[in-house]
Amino acid sequence: MLSKPLLEFNDNGIYCAAGNFYIDPWRPVKDAIITHAHSDHAKWGHSHYLSHTLSREVLKYRLGDINLETMDYGQTCIRNGVQISFHPAGHIIGSAQVRIEYKGEIWVVSGDYKVEDDGICEAFEPVKCHSFISECTFGMPVYKWKSQEFIYEEMNKWWRQNLEEGKTTVLVGYSLGKAQRILQGLDMSIGNVYTHGVIENTNEALRRNGVQLNPTIRVTPETNREEMRKGLILCPPSSVGTPWMRKFYPYSFGYCSGWMALRGAKRRRAADRGFVLSDHADWDGLISAIKATECETVYLTHGYTASFSRYLSEIGYDAHEAHTLYGGDEANELDEDPVKLVNQDGEVIEKPEEDSTPQKVLSDSEKSIALKKAKKAGGAL
Amino acid sequence: MRIFAQLFSSLDETNKTTQKVQILKEYFVSVADEDKIQTLALFTGRKPKRQINSTLVKNWAMEMAGIPAWLFEESYQVVGDLGETIALLLPQAIETQDKSLSDWIAEINALSPLSEAEKKAWLISAWQSMDQQERFVFNKILTGSFRVGVSQSLIIKALSEISGLETQVLTHRIMGNWDPATFSYSQLIQETDGSEDISRPYPFYLAYAIQETSSQSKTAKEINSALGNTEDWQAEWKWDGIRAQAIQRKGEIFIWSRGEDLATDKFPELHPFLSELPEGTVLDGEAICFADNCPLPFSVLQTRIGRKNLTKKILAESPMAFIAYDCLEFEGEDIRHLPMKERRAKLELLQKNSSHQHIFRLSPVVNFNSWDELFEMRKRSREEYAEGFMLKKLDSPYLVGRKRGDWWKWKVDPLSIDAVMIYAQKGHGRRADLYTDYTFAVWDQDKLVPFAKAYSGLTDKEINQVDHFVKRNTLEKFGPVRTVKPHLVFEIGFEGINKSSRHKSGVALRFPRIMRWRQDKKIEDADTIETLKEFLQ
Repeated sequence: MLSKPLLEFNDNGIYCAAGNFYIDPWRPVKDAIITHAHSDHAKWGHSHYLSHTLSREVLKYRLGDINLETMDYGQTCIRNGVQISFHPAGHIIGSAQVRIEYKGEIWVVSGDYKVEDDGICEAFEPVKCHSFISECTFGMPVYKWKSQEFIYEEMNKWWRQNLEEGKTTVLVGYSLGKAQRILQGLDMSIGNVYTHGVIENTNEALRRNGVQLNPTIRVTPETNREEMRKGLILCPPSSVGTPWMRKFYPYSFGYCSGWMALRGAKRRRAADRGFVLSDHADWDGLISAIKATECETVYLTHGYTASFSRYLSEIGYDAHEAHTLYGGDEANELDEDPVKLVNQDGEVIEKPEEDSTPQKVLSDSEKSIALKKAKKAGGAL
Repeated sequence: MRIFAQLFSSLDETNKTTQKVQILKEYFVSVADEDKIQTLALFTGRKPKRQINSTLVKNWAMEMAGIPAWLFEESYQVVGDLGETIALLLPQAIETQDKSLSDWIAEINALSPLSEAEKKAWLISAWQSMDQQERFVFNKILTGSFRVGVSQSLIIKALSEISGLETQVLTHRIMGNWDPATFSYSQLIQETDGSEDISRPYPFYLAYAIQETSSQSKTAKEINSALGNTEDWQAEWKWDGIRAQAIQRKGEIFIWSRGEDLATDKFPELHPFLSELPEGTVLDGEAICFADNCPLPFSVLQTRIGRKNLTKKILAESPMAFIAYDCLEFEGEDIRHLPMKERRAKLELLQKNSSHQHIFRLSPVVNFNSWDELFEMRKRSREEYAEGFMLKKLDSPYLVGRKRGDWWKWKVDPLSIDAVMIYAQKGHGRRADLYTDYTFAVWDQDKLVPFAKAYSGLTDKEINQVDHFVKRNTLEKFGPVRTVKPHLVFEIGFEGINKSSRHKSGVALRFPRIMRWRQDKKIEDADTIETLKEFLQ
């Protein structure tokens, strides 16, 4: 038995004292292990990064020239006698659960995960451990996902219908993860898929990493508007309501997110269609994942941590709420810090924490500054 | 039911009225007549009687979902709608059925003689045969909370385009007391009005506000350029009671509120004057409390509206009168097409012949020679116990619904006070899972005393910002209510204020709402309880 827990939560992030490293730290540290490239998990400013191999190009695109080491699933590295390995989290391409073993004690940090195999990233794999640090973004029993095949079918049906009605199809989803998942779920025989600059930059980074994606066409001022009407435009949430999007009028716009499961959230988004497609585990998924780890202790990071830990305690787990900066309690709407909007290259990055921030609220002036910068960098248009 | 559930989600997915009308038309032509009339009933607020109380529905849902009560409650907090929460929590359907909307409503209506165990068995098997969207709509109907984001005028428009009947005709035909069990779609759309319902009211003519908010206050000059010659207009005080239509036909009397509730029993004082009217008379006016020749504040009327039994004490404390301002039916004839001055003459005649003139009152015509004069008089509205003026064109017919042009309401600016937000609670519906319902406080020495709750007046963007603040500045949680760090200041508008022993602050506000977020103010700059109490005079 160790004198103190193998992992602890401090002001910088999830810390392993024995190995002197952090997992997904939110403040600059010396040694950071990154579960995946969404920016509430992969922050700028660490001296050294360790991530999964398939996160390499996206991290470099988002964070610039960082000191990055990569590792595949199942490989192991040692820090001060602490054994570290990566295991598929099924969240997005390159997402990993981090397994830590020291003196016979095993902890696993889930990062973000989903249990359904999306066919794009390596499927979630339960890892046996003593303590499990789990996200619970959708840790309420009202969240139950339908199979992705069903959602894809709906999506393609909607695209065909828009085509018949002469409307452009605009589909909104996060640029890293959701966009690629949608792309692979679309029926490419219907038409071309056009991408917003931010999404295309991410696609290019992934392709550089050797990931095979369906063909896409970057939207530029020269792109033929008539042709686009027959296609489908993929764009990030930050483009909703912007002049960029209004140019495609008449259009029908769909929003892809787990939050679309609730009527209220759907109506707030005022989308023409809401597709309940999430890269996070639903209620049953979270519980089955936790059970499969055979752990005794669970720490819950972001989402409905209070309710979910209470429920886990009632079914016999030693469950705790952990305070992290991954979105925080119920923080599903607003971003704290607009600085994050633009990376060093001056490119717009939409609020990256995937599903847990469906809507970015920016003042108009912030939006226009971000857009101008992006234009200069050849990003957004 | 599946088609009806599909209609509901299609309507949810568009904000465009033309598209909503199109969706409604497609629905109406695709379903049987019984379903048409049931849909019309539901969409106009004629819900089937609630046969199972919502506590039982909740308990059975928890049991079927296999979750503890606290988790059900927290789920409800997140979703913000009971019917939807249950639809989401229940396990997937194990079978399907093809029962229509009318079939289900007939089953619901047949529940009352059943035992609790039989009701439970019925409900569980119903849930087991429905998909999520069907369950949601079904739960809303079952628990009596069915509402839809479609105005009556859109449904009328769709039905009018299908049936070829004028919208005003249809609007009138669906007024009043009808039951989808006995009133059929073919009766609704036949050439001549087949209704024998003597209680049926006319659709109310509603005025738009001439100025939407106090910040866009209109000057006398602007009113002049908008409305033109004062001689074409009649001004009346805008009374602060309940708009009502009073009917005498074939010796029977009926009083309808604007919300289409039959309220005859609520106002026994009005019965003698109504019974005495000539047969075939319909009046439009204000039911209002009146004592010593003077209208009483709305709060007095409020004390009796909610009561089931009108005790002697209540009758004595809130004596009623009827301030009449229009006559819609005279000698059994619909006279809504006549110009207002002719209708007014008939109204005056009826009042003159009444032996209950202290109850049956005329809304006095306010004489004025210029808009400037009226503008000045409007400032005195509160002294006259009125909310401002109603402006009506002398040659205007009595129209159907809310229409611009002939009638306007020109309300007095609301009272306002700067207050600090101290509690927040999540909203419902579109605002579910967002902190949108706030409690406000003013200073009493160095303490903040809560005095009003308000949940409207902010833009979506502001709501997001306040929600963000609440989530990060919670001091304590009491069930769904959060105590928030006192930091945000808002200007709260209200229509009136009364003493109240039930409230900590000692006052109760009428229609409080958020006028604007005072980001320029610190909490020290908020008003005091003394300032608030000064409004009591």
